[in-house]
Amino acid sequence: MKISSQSPVETFPLPTSVVIPLSQHLGAPAKPLVKKGDKVLVGTPIGEPNGFMSAWIHSSVSGTVTKVDDTPGVNGYRIPAVFIDVEGDDWEPTINRHNDLIRDISLTTEEILAKIKLMGIVGLGGATFPAHIKLTLPPGKVADTLILDGVECEPFLTADHRLMLEHTEEILVGAKIMMKVLNVEKCIIGIEANKPDAAAILALKAKIYPGISVQLLEVKYPQGGEKQLIKALLNREVPSGKLPLDVGCIVNNVGTSYAVYQGVQKNKPLFERIMTVTGAHVANPSNFLTRIGTSVTDVLKAAGTDLDQIVKLVNGGPMMGRAASNLSFPVTKGTSGLIVFDKEEAFRRPEKFCIKCSKCIQACPMGLEPYLLEKLGEKEMYEEAEANRIMDCMECGSCQYTCPSSRPILDYIRAAKVQVLRLRRERSGK
Amino acid sequence: MSFEIFGPIGMAAALLGGIALLSALLLFLTAKKFHVQVDHRVEDVTAILPGINCGSCGYPGCSGLAQAFVKASESGNLAGLYCPPGGKDTAESVSSYLGLAPEVKEPTVAVLRCGGSILAAPVRLAYDGPPRCSLAHNLSAGESGCPFGCLRLGDCEVSCDYGAISMDKTTGLPVVDDDKCISCGACVKACPRSLFQIRPRGVPGRVWVSCRSLEKGPVAMKTCKVACIACGKCVKICPSDAIIMENNLAYIDPIKCTSCGKCVAVCPTGSILTTLKELPSKEAALES
Repeated sequence: MKISSQSPVETFPLPTSVVIPLSQHLGAPAKPLVKKGDKVLVGTPIGEPNGFMSAWIHSSVSGTVTKVDDTPGVNGYRIPAVFIDVEGDDWEPTINRHNDLIRDISLTTEEILAKIKLMGIVGLGGATFPAHIKLTLPPGKVADTLILDGVECEPFLTADHRLMLEHTEEILVGAKIMMKVLNVEKCIIGIEANKPDAAAILALKAKIYPGISVQLLEVKYPQGGEKQLIKALLNREVPSGKLPLDVGCIVNNVGTSYAVYQGVQKNKPLFERIMTVTGAHVANPSNFLTRIGTSVTDVLKAAGTDLDQIVKLVNGGPMMGRAASNLSFPVTKGTSGLIVFDKEEAFRRPEKFCIKCSKCIQACPMGLEPYLLEKLGEKEMYEEAEANRIMDCMECGSCQYTCPSSRPILDYIRAAKVQVLRLRRERSGK
Repeated sequence: MSFEIFGPIGMAAALLGGIALLSALLLFLTAKKFHVQVDHRVEDVTAILPGINCGSCGYPGCSGLAQAFVKASESGNLAGLYCPPGGKDTAESVSSYLGLAPEVKEPTVAVLRCGGSILAAPVRLAYDGPPRCSLAHNLSAGESGCPFGCLRLGDCEVSCDYGAISMDKTTGLPVVDDDKCISCGACVKACPRSLFQIRPRGVPGRVWVSCRSLEKGPVAMKTCKVACIACGKCVKICPSDAIIMENNLAYIDPIKCTSCGKCVAVCPTGSILTTLKELPSKEAALES
């Protein structure tokens, strides 16, 4: 159900104030660089990476910092954030605001990587993995193919689809930049067959970019998962516990490619993103180019949502996204969409006993036994769960979706994964 | 052969009897050779201990603690060894058996440090997942929206092997039965938000801060009416410096606390709870 696929990306009006979380990426939250009363411009760094696995955070507006404090995130837990009152729209002078396309890549590999890091670019497919870490090949490893994920990971979401239609060449130049960094000759853009318009325009424009090809894929979930995409495009299987790089691949989202283009060629940090707002009681399902830190209430209102009718708001896609615990959390780098559910769709069906029908096993794209992992999680048998490769689970939710008894399979798996990670930490600590 | 005089039955009996004698001899010799020296004192101390193997002493079961007792008795000091469920009586009988002074500890009980009942912290979000605190804790801040408070799903009730914890339907919060609680600490481990604490039962009663929220006052009050708002009134009035204010949360040190109840009287939100029967009035507390 891609309701919003025909809505062009609208630039969301500048909010009056923003709340920019310092933890918008996988890894440690950034260290704040500003304090109350500081003046910032659009693109001014306000948080620096705190450790290896972390990323830069930039201001998405110009104005005055009112405070650096905690704010409730999507799940209601507190996250550190910078609060800024908007005054005008003054950008850092280093940012190139012209729309002209810059095809030539003048920087060296090291310079590009440093810039990607400095621009705070993270994977925009959903995991918000810091991009510079992914693009830095560990010594001894060689990649041969860059894969761009244009399958639009989940139902409902259309942000990537619109991006491919509206910023086709920028994505291709972004791919070129990443190919240079990774020293690969081949790039495949995987697109599901329900987006023939995007595939056609990308294929047309890609003709002048040697090495880049577009491949149409069958429509199925979860093809946006990197291991599934590699299997579909190259027929290579990533072994359990290994990374795509172990089979010579690096997978990035088309959104990340666009961000890399903007960061490297235009000096533009990642401070805005395209997101989808759709679902029940949303009068105008839309794709917005939103500044990071905008309150989701504003975004929902702009799409004509009746706030009183919202029974459940999901941040992200309907399969992997998480239900929001409040309506005031800010848009972050990872907010790919907001989906509103009404009463009929919002609640779970009553849970029944497992009837051993094995539908979850057939559904699992990683070849796991979800019913077993659920039981092991319920019985707190975490060592056994680990032995049954629970960490291979990417939480796509196919098992729970297909379960005729409406078992809370993924709930237990998610909780057990946290415990297995804790066990692993304890083990390595000894 | 001369064996034939026994007949077939006699022969079988002789053969089996022979094997039995040989095996008995072998067992006897093995037992002699690999004799395990058992300290009878360990067995005796194990018999004195409650025998419920709860593990709250920090040793693997009652026999583990008994071994530790006997080992410590050789150095003449039983400090640090204590059986919480057994309490004072067990400590005294073990120490008198070993002829040493007992480790004196006040009797303790599990205390819930959250007052976020359905009335004080109303439900703002519907949670329809499996009724387990550990799962709900991973998903979101919970029904009331307080990221520190009770999730009201009863993992503690399940964890308690002694039936001392029951979920109160009207408040949604767990209630600890003082008489049944042996302060084994199972609930402390089971609660994903560490809301339980093993505290001294206190004479004549105990006083504790029934909140774990590190939020600033106004934020905390938004989700829960009985939250600690870190106003500091209790710290000022405490005559024995037992209250520490840290990270927007008051904590009462049970060792320094004299159970005077003054802090209970002045707390504006009612986040300090007590088992004291009589409390000083607010005026009396402020005067002294």
